[in-house]
Amino acid sequence: MARVRPGEAANPAPPTVQRVRMRFAKRGRLRFLSHRDVARSFERAVRRAGVPVAHSHGFSPHPRLSWIGAAPTGSASEAEYVEIGLTRPMEPAELAAALDAALPAGLDVLDAAVAEGAALADRIDASRWRVELPGVEPHELLAALDALLATDSLIVERVTPSGRRNIDVRAALVRAEVDPPAPGDAPVEAVPPDGTPGAGRTCAIMTAVVRQTTPAVRPDDVLGALDVVAGLRPPAPAKATRMAQGLLDHRGDLADPLGSDRVTTRN
Amino acid sequence: MGLPWISVTAPSVFADLEPLLPRVAKPVQYVGGELNAQLKDWESAAVRWALMYPDAYEVGLPNQGVMILYEVLNERADALAERCYAVWPDLEALMREHRVPAFTVDGHRPLGAFDLLGVSFSTELGYTNLLTALDLAGIPLHAVDRTDEHPVVVAGGHAAFNPEPIADFVDVAVLGDGEEVVGEITDVVRDWKAQGRPGGRAELLARLAATDGCYVPSMYEVEYAPDGGIAAVRPRESAPASVTKRTTSDLDSWPYPKAPLVPLAETVHERASVEIFRGCTRGCRFCQAGMITRPVRERSLRGVGEMVDAAVRASGFDEVGLLSLSSADHSEIAEITKGLADRYEGTNTSLSLPSTRVDAFNIDLANEISRNGRRSGLTFAPEGGSERIRRVINKMVSEEDLIRTVSEAFAQGWRQVKLYFMCGLPTEEDEDVLEIAGMAHRVIQAGRAASGRNDVRCTISIGGFVPKPHTPFQWAPQAHPDVVDERLRKLREAVNSNRKLGRNIGMRYHDGRPSLIEGLLARGDRRVGRVIERVWREGGRFDGWSEHFSYDRWTAAAQAELEPLGVSLEWFTTRERDRDEILPWDHLDSGLDRDWLWDDWQDALAGTEQDDCRWTPCFDCGVCPSTGTDIEVGPSGTTLIPLTVVGGGPTSGGASAGG
Repeated sequence: MARVRPGEAANPAPPTVQRVRMRFAKRGRLRFLSHRDVARSFERAVRRAGVPVAHSHGFSPHPRLSWIGAAPTGSASEAEYVEIGLTRPMEPAELAAALDAALPAGLDVLDAAVAEGAALADRIDASRWRVELPGVEPHELLAALDALLATDSLIVERVTPSGRRNIDVRAALVRAEVDPPAPGDAPVEAVPPDGTPGAGRTCAIMTAVVRQTTPAVRPDDVLGALDVVAGLRPPAPAKATRMAQGLLDHRGDLADPLGSDRVTTRN
Repeated sequence: MGLPWISVTAPSVFADLEPLLPRVAKPVQYVGGELNAQLKDWESAAVRWALMYPDAYEVGLPNQGVMILYEVLNERADALAERCYAVWPDLEALMREHRVPAFTVDGHRPLGAFDLLGVSFSTELGYTNLLTALDLAGIPLHAVDRTDEHPVVVAGGHAAFNPEPIADFVDVAVLGDGEEVVGEITDVVRDWKAQGRPGGRAELLARLAATDGCYVPSMYEVEYAPDGGIAAVRPRESAPASVTKRTTSDLDSWPYPKAPLVPLAETVHERASVEIFRGCTRGCRFCQAGMITRPVRERSLRGVGEMVDAAVRASGFDEVGLLSLSSADHSEIAEITKGLADRYEGTNTSLSLPSTRVDAFNIDLANEISRNGRRSGLTFAPEGGSERIRRVINKMVSEEDLIRTVSEAFAQGWRQVKLYFMCGLPTEEDEDVLEIAGMAHRVIQAGRAASGRNDVRCTISIGGFVPKPHTPFQWAPQAHPDVVDERLRKLREAVNSNRKLGRNIGMRYHDGRPSLIEGLLARGDRRVGRVIERVWREGGRFDGWSEHFSYDRWTAAAQAELEPLGVSLEWFTTRERDRDEILPWDHLDSGLDRDWLWDDWQDALAGTEQDDCRWTPCFDCGVCPSTGTDIEVGPSGTTLIPLTVVGGGPTSGGASAGG
């Protein structure tokens, strides 16, 4: 029987023998999860699924889950990343299926690969966002984006827990475009990837590739910049979804962080 | 402030709510979708319940009462239950602006569409939040204004043992354990609907009033005497003269919650909870929970083991709370803790005993609890600083026991001890409170001696005492907050009078003024309802939260509403009652014999102790005969079945600690 005595480590833990990286989505209502909420949900899912996750040592052992820049509360994502340390090797596909089954619907594991080579953080320097702007005409958005892209620098202010920060949106913006309207000139209907019904009115859709900076430029900051530069104020809250993360190539596309030689397509 | 736009249908309001969520704090608390949440087909159920915990989601979600009833009701083929919690003022304002009605988090259905709205009151400070929910739902605030189309508003929980202050706002108050009566209420509503709603709402309420444990305030008339007191409480028509609480026996046959809700948002208790017994006969005279939940009914060793297993598997929580009013008192607690610690060896699953008495506690127990997990501080509640006051409140733990226990704990590696006390107890003098300082000093000295270290900590946490109905102190005068605050100021001086010891002692106490309002709401009668409504109309919300509570608003409302009636805030709180006074809850029967309560009050004043009937002969408190129950304690003759643990097996083989 194990009794902890003064001066001993509380839980000498078995070592990490394998790391698996996973891409997961934050969808629908669960886009309102904060990063801490996501992390807690994963920690519990790992336990429910019986995954042999490694733990930190000490009096307060925590499962070894490493996170990469989380999508903000309220933003959906098709491309969040986490790395899990295991005490026993597992097939990545098996791990992904087990975790996906144990997570609440809306947190969905999409892809997994054994970690090798460069660190996850070194494989990501930009995000591609899709932002739906209900009530905004595509031509209004186009004009605003043209104005923003014509500047060299566009500073917006954001209130963070550590005070007010000035953020240069233009400097971080690699690319931004209006997605083409649906065929037949019908109003574009807002249908996010998770199938939540949209408002059924005009909705411009923007795709933006944003370089990772500190602090990170968020979709809200891009919208703030469009307000500053062109007075664009969507009448209803915009819905942002992170579609991809990865390393920027010379064309402004993103390389898949889980595969050294796969490159995501632009759509 | 009624909201006219609400129609009684059941489509989800989520599409209207969703655009508001990016504009409020912690939107995740309003979206539902928790693990083990249930959403049943609306049309499949003959009877539909909305279950509300009238506080913020982070407090309400872990509530066991709501979780139990949610499962019990959803297991019925002919019923469904959805949950809701109080919305914060930021969302409330947006809901009013955008005409979004109060909703459940499961189906986001409007509360007004349900047959019943069940509200669980752990504390009286949730009353204003009830009014917000009713108003946002388009349900008339006053029960008398409701029609057949409105839900039946049912109050439960400990505060429902004196529902008189909210008598105008609720249709029914349920006394006691809810597991069984909730089904009987469902049957009554189902039959009434199936029969074509004969006699309308009045008939439905009359049928509910005939259901054991259900009190329908509108069927009782209260007459007041010229001195301000109650002259008579008269049942009308078929209503019974008094309503007796419900008591669920054989907890092993009620293993709820089977699949605890796992919140997405952060909540106050991040753990799976298993109730290991219900009721307490320690007889602490201040403790309403102990008085109104008698007799003691233990869950068996096997029952506890099975529930813990189910909860851990279903939730993925890494902590299991073994809940009761005094968990170390379970007759098989040593077997439970050792068995569970063995079972979860190497899985980083920790146990906690949230309520433990010094005299029922030992270091073996503490070691088992912390064996697989985190070793947080030890917490004890001597409640009173002096031996004399502990005799008055019948919390007989000696300082010697406390010092011995903490010495051993410090010797075993613990570094922190938390001590809970109350201030403002009946007969209390400054000296009774100042003795807390000496006790804390001796804890530090003993801790340093036992551990050989200087950095041991003791935190003393102090709450203002509020006399509650159905306790021997129901007749006692409540201490005024000014008295309490002054005593605590002197206590702080006494703690710091020895700098070398005082610097290792933390002292926490809250503003004493909310306690006085809690006292008004706890021992108030129907006239207090006007105060609640006025405070709510003037913006009162979330009164359990210091950043929202306004003492001035409450005192001004009490003055405006009560003084024209010849009573006052002080009349309800700091006034001592005599034996003959009709108390507002006298027609509500917790099983305790009124004469026994009075004698126990006199014993308190004389400093005479009362033993526990689990270990000494029955002292005739009256509960068992009047509720047809009996003490149910072990040994149960069962064993804690060893089980294979999720995530255990070969992967955890290397995880056992040495030593």
